Amino acid sequence: MAAFWNSFDSEISGCDCLGDSHLRQAPGDSIASVPYISVTMAAKKENSDDEVDEKVKKYLRGEAANLEGVKDKKLKGQLAVREDLYGKSAKTAAKIEKWLLPSEGGYLEAEGIEKTWRIKQESIAREVDILSSRNQYDIVLPELGPYTLDFTSNGRYMAAAGRKGHLAIVDMKTLNLIKEIQVRETVRDVAYLHNELFFAAAQKKYPYIYNREGTELHCLKEHGPVLRLQFLKNHFLLASINKFGQLRYQDVTMGEMIGNFRTGLGRTDVMQVNPFNGVVALGHSSGTVTMWKPTSSVPLVKMLCHPGPVSSLAFHPNGHLMATSGRENKIKIWDLRKFEVIQTLPCHAKTLNFSQKGLLAAGTGSFIQILADFSGSQNYSSYMTHSMAKGYQVGKVLFRPYEDILGIGHSMGWSSILIPGSGEPNFDSWVANPFETSKQRREKEVHSLLDKLPPETIMLDPTKVGTVRVPQKKEKPTKKDVEAEMEAAIETAKDTEFKKKTKGRNKPSKRAKKRREMIDKAKRPFLEQQTQEHETSRKKQKTNPETEMPKSLQRFVRQKAT
Amino acid sequence: MKVKVISRSTGEFTRERSQDLQRVFRNFDPTLRSQEKAVEYVRALNAAKLDKIFARPFIGAMDGHRDSIKCMAKNPNYLKAIFSGSDDGDIRLWDMASRRTVCQFPGHQGAVQGLTVSTDGSILVSCGSDCTVRLWNVSDANVADSDYLSDNSAKPQAVYVWKNAFRAVDHQWDGDLFATAGAQVDVWNHNRSQPVNTFDWGSDTTISIRFNPGEPNILATSANDRSITLYDLRMSSPARKVIMRTKTNSIAWNPMEPMNFTAANEDCNCYSYDARKLEEAKCVHKDHVSAVMDIDFSPTGREFVTGSYDRTVRIFQYNGGHSREIYHTKRMQRVFCVKYSCDASYVISGSDDTNLRLWKAKASEQLGVVLPRERKKHEYLEAVKNRYKHLPEVKRIVRHRHLPKPVYKAANLRRTMIEAERRKEQRRKAHSAPGSIMTEPVRKRRIIKEVE
Repeated sequence: MAAFWNSFDSEISGCDCLGDSHLRQAPGDSIASVPYISVTMAAKKENSDDEVDEKVKKYLRGEAANLEGVKDKKLKGQLAVREDLYGKSAKTAAKIEKWLLPSEGGYLEAEGIEKTWRIKQESIAREVDILSSRNQYDIVLPELGPYTLDFTSNGRYMAAAGRKGHLAIVDMKTLNLIKEIQVRETVRDVAYLHNELFFAAAQKKYPYIYNREGTELHCLKEHGPVLRLQFLKNHFLLASINKFGQLRYQDVTMGEMIGNFRTGLGRTDVMQVNPFNGVVALGHSSGTVTMWKPTSSVPLVKMLCHPGPVSSLAFHPNGHLMATSGRENKIKIWDLRKFEVIQTLPCHAKTLNFSQKGLLAAGTGSFIQILADFSGSQNYSSYMTHSMAKGYQVGKVLFRPYEDILGIGHSMGWSSILIPGSGEPNFDSWVANPFETSKQRREKEVHSLLDKLPPETIMLDPTKVGTVRVPQKKEKPTKKDVEAEMEAAIETAKDTEFKKKTKGRNKPSKRAKKRREMIDKAKRPFLEQQTQEHETSRKKQKTNPETEMPKSLQRFVRQKAT
Repeated sequence: MKVKVISRSTGEFTRERSQDLQRVFRNFDPTLRSQEKAVEYVRALNAAKLDKIFARPFIGAMDGHRDSIKCMAKNPNYLKAIFSGSDDGDIRLWDMASRRTVCQFPGHQGAVQGLTVSTDGSILVSCGSDCTVRLWNVSDANVADSDYLSDNSAKPQAVYVWKNAFRAVDHQWDGDLFATAGAQVDVWNHNRSQPVNTFDWGSDTTISIRFNPGEPNILATSANDRSITLYDLRMSSPARKVIMRTKTNSIAWNPMEPMNFTAANEDCNCYSYDARKLEEAKCVHKDHVSAVMDIDFSPTGREFVTGSYDRTVRIFQYNGGHSREIYHTKRMQRVFCVKYSCDASYVISGSDDTNLRLWKAKASEQLGVVLPRERKKHEYLEAVKNRYKHLPEVKRIVRHRHLPKPVYKAANLRRTMIEAERRKEQRRKAHSAPGSIMTEPVRKRRIIKEVE
């Protein structure tokens, strides 16, 4: 295996075109093989080049730095070497994606006059293998209320919570029920913390944190009666919104309450975290969506999305798209870089969720619609539909990470259906591993704790970390402000207490003189500034009449020293 | 219809037996990871802090001499050994691993002023203020056979007496000539008891001498008349001389770029020159607060170590204006000689307090055998720290060094003085006709003239 890697590495480092040994170049050279491509191979190369180019762009993570303006030659040389290195590593990553990834994604293609949205789950189950068809089921638990679910980040475990107090943890690989408990209280939401060992349940009065065994570990009294919980993975923050519209952030490693904000916009139970930058978005009954970060008590963004209340909210994993739905039966897709609507869909949605591959699931009543953008141009159209039995009211739809499965929590229990093409086929063991052993889980916990981000790193544009902050232009204070400052300085000067002198030195005349001196001292900087400004304005005025002088007097105009 | 769903078989993604390695699958897609820059920043911060925690550069002191140590020599064939000569005529061979004396070479009547080893490692040449040059046989067999416990003393192979006291000696690379510095520069052969050649240009004593590693016939010397002179052995007259404002205590050639040399000067700076163009220094290395006594390059040619009269040892980058690292101890007094070990991992300093001290070149380096995974981790942490070392939090930690109080105060004083000079110069310039006052670049400022 090692030998294979070595040979592959040397091939990649040399040239752009695989298999052309005569194009192998020294590692220091930039990839400039264009003049050497023979004409016959040009057409074939073009297609693969385009594909690779697309992927390379993704791995470059932005534009190359502009080195034209750098005057320091040493620095310019060093930066040029670095840019070259970035280009090479992006190309290598693109090639690895093309050739080395173990799995391929799912797909659903209709043949002939068939349409994909008419295909039923039963027909899909007939075509796929047994293991996958096992993943389609309906669990019926009618007495315990509408169910809501949450998956761990590797898609292996699911926590299901029924409104009437039923909490269950299921291992999805083996469909094994690990633990279920009855808390005998209303449970409104459930959220996994950083791994499958801990989850938080928003119960009637306070949220509680439980162990995998069902042991109650913590009772988070400060949060109050919580409606929704969300966990920010990189920061280990548990965000909650409660009945009174208060947003709270708590650090689950040390138990510290980081932020506690009154949104001021009333009770809401629409809350989502944007996985790209860690901001929490709330949808309010006035139709506004506000975005929050833990270090400011004022929302980052307030945008008016719908004429009526916002019923649900979802974020695309790339962080640039947001889908919102309102009571007027419309789903709007927003571009978060420009805060503009890209698309409006006439679809009713009580719950929304994006999958890892960008498919949007919208659930309402007992009907679920899956929308997909086929051309990559963010133009969403109907891909699949699923209708459940009449009495089932969909409460929550959630895609399972790294699998082509959609989990649905409804009033009669929960279900799971197959949606080909929704999950990411290739996982990265060091990000999320569905086949994790306990040792790997413990190591990962330690590493992620070492990499825990401080709450100050949450910002709308996370790529700004490490960049230069542009200096803000200071606005000149207006005349009124200057006068007000002067008045304030004079007041403070008047208020100063003088030392009581004895032996005849405390004469009233002397005291009055000293007071007048203090006031003059306070006034002096302002007066100096005023005189300076007068002088500059006078100088400016002087230059103007020069140009207006009549022609005969031009020779007497003072020339500036050149 | 055509349909395919993701289905992973457990066997492909998990290991078969418990003695197999766990399988790791990578997907480098940026959308799977969020906030990469913030994570890198946190890692850089932690790496800087860990660096400081593991920074323990001092390894040990080699005790034994009874007077201050004036000179040291490296044996290019034997990594573990170092020779040192002191002011009471005592020359010792040290084994750095056990930090003990292996062998002593008694014989000099006065101070030993210079030590050097021939390139094949067979002859040690020492010169002293008793006007003698002594040659000792130090081939590998001799060194390896020696017993640590018994105080082995060796007899010199040859003793040559000459007219005046010597100040320094250096051996030609891959040749059998060596040169001594004193009242004049003498070139000797191993077998002749009189110098083969003599160079005399200038009226003052030559205090240091160094042969060029790339061109075996070129040597550089520095003299008490504040000059640096380059000689060529093939021509019987000296080649070039540059006179500076203050005298140069020591010179070292860059082993990877043999046309460049760095001079340790009395005015607390080191000046790097290109030997072909002596009218301007290539780089001025400023950080010491007192005269720089000795300088030695690392075999990689990328760093050099300097020891100074202000009781500190500093390590500089070959092209950097300020030091990367500073080493000091309460017990280490004036540092008179420094050497960079031949494997570029250690720095040895000999000082006034009769001790040789062994330091690590990279203060937080892990010594010993480093596993490949550990090495990769160290490299990654180094790279991520370098990427974010300009940000204020990380910079504060990376830059922080504890300085002894006298050095700190002296540095502040120097800074205020230089700043005041600069401000006055700027004001003079601003208030005079433009172009009448020209500031000389720092690299040229300390050079008086160049003589052919």
